[in-house]
Amino acid sequence: METALPYDRLQFAVTATFHYLFPQLTMGLALLLMYFRTRALTSGEEHYHCVALFWTKIFALSFAFGVVTGIPLEFQFGTNWAKFSTFAGGVIGQTLAMEGLFAFFLESSFLGILLFGEGRFSRRIQWVAALMLFLGSWLSGYFILATNAWMQHPVAYSVAADGRLFVDSLSGLLTNPWLLWQYMHNMTAAVVTGSFVMAALGAFYLLSGQHMVHAKTCLRTGVVAGAIASALMIFPTGHENARQVFEHQPVKGAAFEGLFRTERGAGILLVGQPNMETMTIDNPLEIPRALSFLVYEDLWAKVKGLDAFPREDWPDNLPLLYYSYHIMAGLGTILAATMGLALLWLWRGRLFTAPWLLWLIMLSAPFPYIANTAGWMTAELGRQPWLVYGLLRTADGTSPLVHSGNALFTLLGFLGLYLLLGILFLFLFAETIRHGPSVADAHPVGDPSGDQA
Amino acid sequence: METFWYGAVSFMLAVYIVLDGFDFGVGIVYPLVARTEPDRRRALAAIGPVWTANEVWLIAAGGLLFFAFPKVYAAGFSGFYLALIIVLWLLIARGLALELRSHLDHRLWRQLWDLAFTGSSALLAVVFGAALGNLIRGVPLNQDGYFFVPLWTDLMTGPEPGILDWYTILMGLASAAILALHGANYLAMKTVGELQRRARCVAWLAGFAVVGLVVAALAAISYVQPIFRVQYSVYPIGYLFPAAGLAALAAALQLRRRDRDLASFCASSLFILAMLASTAWGSYPNLLISTTDRGNSLTIANATAGTYGMQVGLWWFLIGFGLIIVYTITVHRSFWGKVDVDQD
Repeated sequence: METALPYDRLQFAVTATFHYLFPQLTMGLALLLMYFRTRALTSGEEHYHCVALFWTKIFALSFAFGVVTGIPLEFQFGTNWAKFSTFAGGVIGQTLAMEGLFAFFLESSFLGILLFGEGRFSRRIQWVAALMLFLGSWLSGYFILATNAWMQHPVAYSVAADGRLFVDSLSGLLTNPWLLWQYMHNMTAAVVTGSFVMAALGAFYLLSGQHMVHAKTCLRTGVVAGAIASALMIFPTGHENARQVFEHQPVKGAAFEGLFRTERGAGILLVGQPNMETMTIDNPLEIPRALSFLVYEDLWAKVKGLDAFPREDWPDNLPLLYYSYHIMAGLGTILAATMGLALLWLWRGRLFTAPWLLWLIMLSAPFPYIANTAGWMTAELGRQPWLVYGLLRTADGTSPLVHSGNALFTLLGFLGLYLLLGILFLFLFAETIRHGPSVADAHPVGDPSGDQA
Repeated sequence: METFWYGAVSFMLAVYIVLDGFDFGVGIVYPLVARTEPDRRRALAAIGPVWTANEVWLIAAGGLLFFAFPKVYAAGFSGFYLALIIVLWLLIARGLALELRSHLDHRLWRQLWDLAFTGSSALLAVVFGAALGNLIRGVPLNQDGYFFVPLWTDLMTGPEPGILDWYTILMGLASAAILALHGANYLAMKTVGELQRRARCVAWLAGFAVVGLVVAALAAISYVQPIFRVQYSVYPIGYLFPAAGLAALAAALQLRRRDRDLASFCASSLFILAMLASTAWGSYPNLLISTTDRGNSLTIANATAGTYGMQVGLWWFLIGFGLIIVYTITVHRSFWGKVDVDQD
């Protein structure tokens, strides 16, 4: 039987990657929306309320795509990864079920109130609804990352006689040491996405001379939040994440850095292409000793290279993992620098009149998406060849009776469907932007009665 | 403890069918009852604020099944592979139709999403009925607790059936008729005027189809799955469930005739709950019945997720469930009453 494994992996990769384009925006925006709603209540300024309504619309659009692309992931655990579900369901069933019970209901119930409740409920009630939405979306991220953190670093489980795993401490599962930094890193990255999209839209409106008041509000909020979040994304969250990789998954760490041989005083590569024939890096450009220092706070510390591990434990797509990591880290640095520069100009009162900087911010909007996608690829490719690190190999987790023809069929179906979805989303996003924030929005938005009619 | 989770998962699924059922039903009867653009908007506005939350019951029920009986989740989802992926695609199409229709004011755009909404709702209603039929009939589980069934073979029941056979198709049609009745009842309750009149009329007609199909389906079930007959003869008190279901169906029709919209909607909800409870009662303690060797069936005992996990889950489940009830009541109360859509 031809194995379905590559199609199963590709299908999960495609659906998870595509899905995560949407929640990273909604989780980031949920926080910024809270800020707008709070400002609207405390200052009583109408334009904060108006801008909140506009971003609620974009939130809802992205949320709808997030929901419909998220359901396939839950299904796929069973459809394509049945042996994994049987093996690990006794543990990760906890966090996945809790996400459904605690996060989804909260989000979807209160989004309905926010979208359909303008004019029906007081602004205080809407503020509470926005708070619930924020809690729901951040809780959702927490439970999903608790699941992923357990697959990266299994804790709080026991093995039954038939080989299946069962949870033996719920609190241990929810406070997995791996989870803390992964969650912080992920959420700051989501705020970076939300801030960049918001700032970029503000910059676009400013440059094109539309909705000037709202444009400045968006830009100011986006730049301040983006500067804080992108700094936190690098330090301490990114740094601590990398440290725990070197501590618990050293082979993944070595692959990140393209470190083929164990070295004392290892450097950090800025540029270079891993050459799998010679097991060296082509065209290296490196900062000497930096890796040893960052990981062990010692310039001469020994860092284990790939040669310290058996070949079958190496991540199977090493160059792709290496590039994912470098793209994530490189873009993260560029994003932080851009926001830092914008914050400086904002502080000097020159941001709104510096077209070159506005262009830079506007054109940077896709980069957080690329960086976050590369970040997920780093985490997930790096976990290979394990599905549950150290416990279950990926090849042993697929559905035993689903043949490759079926998996390929559904993979192609998802590819086609998601291509259409992507085009639809961009089209509707552009429509919403063209419509823009306006006072006319101060009546029901997103109403199926069609307020644009 | 396992019995509690069997009940909890069944109950979550039943509530899902009652809640999302009415918005599926609205989708099925939509082209029949909503002939003009304002009426279409009213029909959509009637489910607009609640359908996402309704759908979450499915995700939560799926999550709970995974949590409580991971082996069943793994076996069932991989066994019904193609059918489930097609369900996913239909759910995606349906979600988008509801979400995107209002985004552009263009006749063709709206027609496209109307078509997607009705088509996906009707197909999903049939698929859910057929899925229930498969659970009742059983599947060819092997010794490792896995199976794989194609979408169809020769449309006959037997030890190696397809997902679709004459009996599951009958169940699918019954399901579509039941949800059409339920959705039309909901619309009659939420609207006024011409739309309400048509919804009442459709509900009345759907009621007759339901009676015929349900009687046929009950006969088919007792023919196809002897385990159910055994379970009911051992614990005859279980007959209360189907009896309550049939009484609720009779009440729904009687109330329908007098145009008691709210009461009729409640009756059709009770009918669905009671029929699903009957199924759960007949199937217990089996989760997936094997058609080949009874010993391969997955039951609440051999598919459990472990004692500690189930006990600790009880705590968060009770808290979470309490919260859900609060949200659900909040949302439905907030949008209580007839749909009020301003005419532009």
